[in-house]
Amino acid sequence: MAEAIEQKELVRKDYVSDVEVRWCVGCGDYGILKSFTVAMAKLQLPKEKVCIVSGIGCSSRFPYYVDTYGFHSVHGRAPAVATGIKLTQPDLSVWVITGDGDALSIGGNHFIHMLRRNPDINMILFNNQIYGLTKGQASPTSPIGKITKSTPFGLIDGPMHPLPMALTAGATFVARVPDTDGAMITDILMQAHKHKGVAFVEILQNCNIFNDGAWFPIAKKANRAENSIVLKHGEPMTFGADNTKGFRLNGMNIEVVDMEKDGVDISELLVHDAQSQDATLAFKLANLAHPEFPYPVGVFRQVEAPVYESGVRKQEHEVAEKFGNADVEKMLHSGETWQVEA
Amino acid sequence: MQKEVSADKAPDKSSPIDEDRRSNAPEELDITTIRFAGDSGDGMQLLGTRFANTSAVFGKDVMTLAEYPAEIRAPAGTIAGVSGFQLSMGPQDIYTAGDMVDVLVVMNPAALKSNLEHVKEDGILIVNEDTFTAKNLKKVGYDENPLENHALAGYRVFPVGISRLTALALEPLGVEREQVNKSKNLFALGLICWLFNMPLDNTLNWLKTKFGKKPDVIKANTEALIAGNKYGDSNQLFATSYVIKKREKQKQPGTYRYLNGNSALSMGLITAANRADLHLFLGSYPITPASDILHELSRHKEFPVTTFQAEDEIAAIGAAIGASFSGSLAVTSTSGPGMALKTEFIGLAVSIELPLVIINVQRGGPSTGLPTKMEQSDLFQALWSRPGECPLIILAANSPKDCFDTAIEACRLTLKYMTPVIILSDGYIANGSEAWRIPSMDDLPEMKNEFYTNAKKFHPYQRDSKTLARPWAIPGTPGLEHRVGGLEKEDITGGVDQSADNHAKMVHFRAEKVARVVADIPPLEIEGDKDADLLVVGWGSSYGAITRAVMNATDDNVSVASVHLRHLSPLPQDLGDILKRYKNVLIVENNLGQLWTLLRSIYLVDAKLLSKVNGVPFKISEIESKIHEMVKG
Ligand SMILES: Cc1ncc(C[n+]2csc(CCOP(=O)(O)OP(=O)(O)O)c2C)c(N)n1
Ligand code: SF4
Ligand SMILES: [Mg+2]
Repeated sequence: MAEAIEQKELVRKDYVSDVEVRWCVGCGDYGILKSFTVAMAKLQLPKEKVCIVSGIGCSSRFPYYVDTYGFHSVHGRAPAVATGIKLTQPDLSVWVITGDGDALSIGGNHFIHMLRRNPDINMILFNNQIYGLTKGQASPTSPIGKITKSTPFGLIDGPMHPLPMALTAGATFVARVPDTDGAMITDILMQAHKHKGVAFVEILQNCNIFNDGAWFPIAKKANRAENSIVLKHGEPMTFGADNTKGFRLNGMNIEVVDMEKDGVDISELLVHDAQSQDATLAFKLANLAHPEFPYPVGVFRQVEAPVYESGVRKQEHEVAEKFGNADVEKMLHSGETWQVEA
Repeated sequence: MQKEVSADKAPDKSSPIDEDRRSNAPEELDITTIRFAGDSGDGMQLLGTRFANTSAVFGKDVMTLAEYPAEIRAPAGTIAGVSGFQLSMGPQDIYTAGDMVDVLVVMNPAALKSNLEHVKEDGILIVNEDTFTAKNLKKVGYDENPLENHALAGYRVFPVGISRLTALALEPLGVEREQVNKSKNLFALGLICWLFNMPLDNTLNWLKTKFGKKPDVIKANTEALIAGNKYGDSNQLFATSYVIKKREKQKQPGTYRYLNGNSALSMGLITAANRADLHLFLGSYPITPASDILHELSRHKEFPVTTFQAEDEIAAIGAAIGASFSGSLAVTSTSGPGMALKTEFIGLAVSIELPLVIINVQRGGPSTGLPTKMEQSDLFQALWSRPGECPLIILAANSPKDCFDTAIEACRLTLKYMTPVIILSDGYIANGSEAWRIPSMDDLPEMKNEFYTNAKKFHPYQRDSKTLARPWAIPGTPGLEHRVGGLEKEDITGGVDQSADNHAKMVHFRAEKVARVVADIPPLEIEGDKDADLLVVGWGSSYGAITRAVMNATDDNVSVASVHLRHLSPLPQDLGDILKRYKNVLIVENNLGQLWTLLRSIYLVDAKLLSKVNGVPFKISEIESKIHEMVKG
């Protein structure tokens, strides 16, 4: 029977659970959910082999809507739960779904530590720059000056930037994608799945109730060509309606050039190298802000590094080989013992 | 016969302090208490452990107490930096590390000053006189050298140049001064082994295994050990040597070893996982006095055991819960402050009804409190410090070796009832050691475990009619895909359901499930005189002191009974009836009355309280005099 399940071709609907989706009408989360299930079907992942772990937030309701194994844990700490799952069953496809408050505020510590350990877990951060579920307070990604329920006179705290944070923590796969580009989400999630090691994906998500339009200048379909730049490994960094603009390195800094107006040849443009061991380029790109620059999206970095759970398992096997396999009696009798005769 | 402790004055015949005797035949002793104290850099824990180990291997019953400062190296020679190790040994079952000390070995003035109060009148003091310099004396506020005035008149003082003699013994080896310093404790061990006629073989073997790759260190330590031993032999300093009497009542036959509570817990967990055929997973974050569980389990990856040193206690339990969800026997270990951090996740574990063992090795609180000292003050925390109605199973270990059985019992219950179990241990039994009869596998309970696989009739919250446990359906199992989480779920289906009646039903299910564990609790054993008027009740590490106090009182024809609780949630079914059978009930605990409050409120009994909160375990004598006082009325 198990085999029969594996052999049947899975379609997107097979990954959709029968739980009624409870996000606000128009919420960016719907599109992400759809692109995720499309990715699942394209990857033909056996449903029982997928485990989705979330924290708390609107975004963290995600696991209920996918018909795989799911775990809606506590606020901010899904990375810990996911790590325990991965260490027990390394061959599961484990996904962490989190929000900007969940990952970067209450869960900041776990976020950093999961990334530095490099387990083969995919983390998707739904960044809407607001606390959705608690009805609209400032989040760690809200910009300075932002008026929210908790900051009626404007936010004073400076924001946190998830991508530079992820890179600094040592993430081996780092990507960003707008919620308006379903095909790109699916593509990047598939790449994240195939990447061996931790994958961090930031999705620029619209909360149309409490922070409507926060990403519109970048993410709206009409604005994407001019205000974002899609990073493609091995290709020159170009953007614009006709791809006539691009990034050039000027000294240590990235500058925007218009190839036609400035008379710049495409060969002078920066070529994206996501696979460089040196994360400097990825870090520079991750720090570019709109409107000074088009906002980079796509895969910033993808490098190979030892995978956490593989290392853990390998060590367990090595120890077993060196000291002999599990023998409880031997363990209990180890060290100095003595006999009391009858 | 000498009682385990009791009087402050050592009885004549059995006392190791008979000045007039000068014979070669060693004097026979009954229960004897020895304390080693020195600077935290002097290796006192090692010295004590080795001596206790030797005594245990040599057939003596032993129990130990480790007392060390919270600072790794407080300023040398200060009172704050004194590290002590006490052990009691004897020819009968030993229940505590002893009250007052027969023999005190001190390495410096600070150790003497801070430990003298523990020594019996006329007790033996073996003192490293080399450290009694003007500078060291001044550091601890001695105006005069106590070895030279009459300050120690009530004791038998044996000044020994331990530093000088160790240096002399190691001179031919040409070792560094640092090594001489490190070998001093072995000189002292050699001497004390001579004094108690204990063999050196097992320490010699231990040195070889411990320092296998460092022949110089083995050599230096061996020379120091032998020099100390010879010093006792060739010197007229001591009037006599001593032996512990032969046991009257044979110990239960079998293979024995010596171990502390944290090792026993760790081995219990491995044994349980092995019997249940489950992968053992520990999520932990270092904290005194629980860290040794993390250390010990990390040495046993072959079983396999996965140990995860998390970024904090929250992640440690979070990972353990994830491991449990996916099919490991999951454990998280910590002490009070870490328990505080785990609170939210413990609630989640109760709500999603998965197996999980949570270990709290208690220390003095609140806050950072007394990291290296014992207390039993986290009972209320274990019972109630979670939002919502959040019952779970709570067990307390009562001695170092009992930690093994408690670990097995915790794993058995958590797997059977699919709900978390908290184990309460404490700093006394975690670091205290005793002899343990290694059980045969046949003596241990069955620990059957089967993951649920039947996709045809699967409901995540369908319950076993007897235990109310829900099925353990792990990821990877085809057809059982389901979601769990902290939101209230619908009975049977497990879907999110916040409706009023359903919530009430689920609250009752979770409480009822824990309540049903009483069916698994064996009848309580009453020790002492069952028909007495007074019943002493305790839990956790006070077991030894209470048991011995009741034995001593019984020997004095005072009628008293005692009962000790391993299960604190739920409480045993027969406890209420037992409490009501006695005219007087005395509850003994190292807190301000947590069990006392609980039992009074549940059973409406007018129990009295004997409380102690100074970071050290109860003395037998303290409980004994309270018993006498209450019986006299
Ligand atoms: C321990 C704890 N503190 C606070 C909350 C309340 N809370 C729930 S979600 C949330 C913020 C969610 O924001 P975000 O992570 O950005 O997710 P979003 O709803 O925007 O998707 C907060 C503060 C909680 N559930 N648990
Ligand atoms: S509050 Fe915002 S983020 Fe939450 S569901 Fe509604 S639109 Fe989406
Ligand atoms: Mg948000």
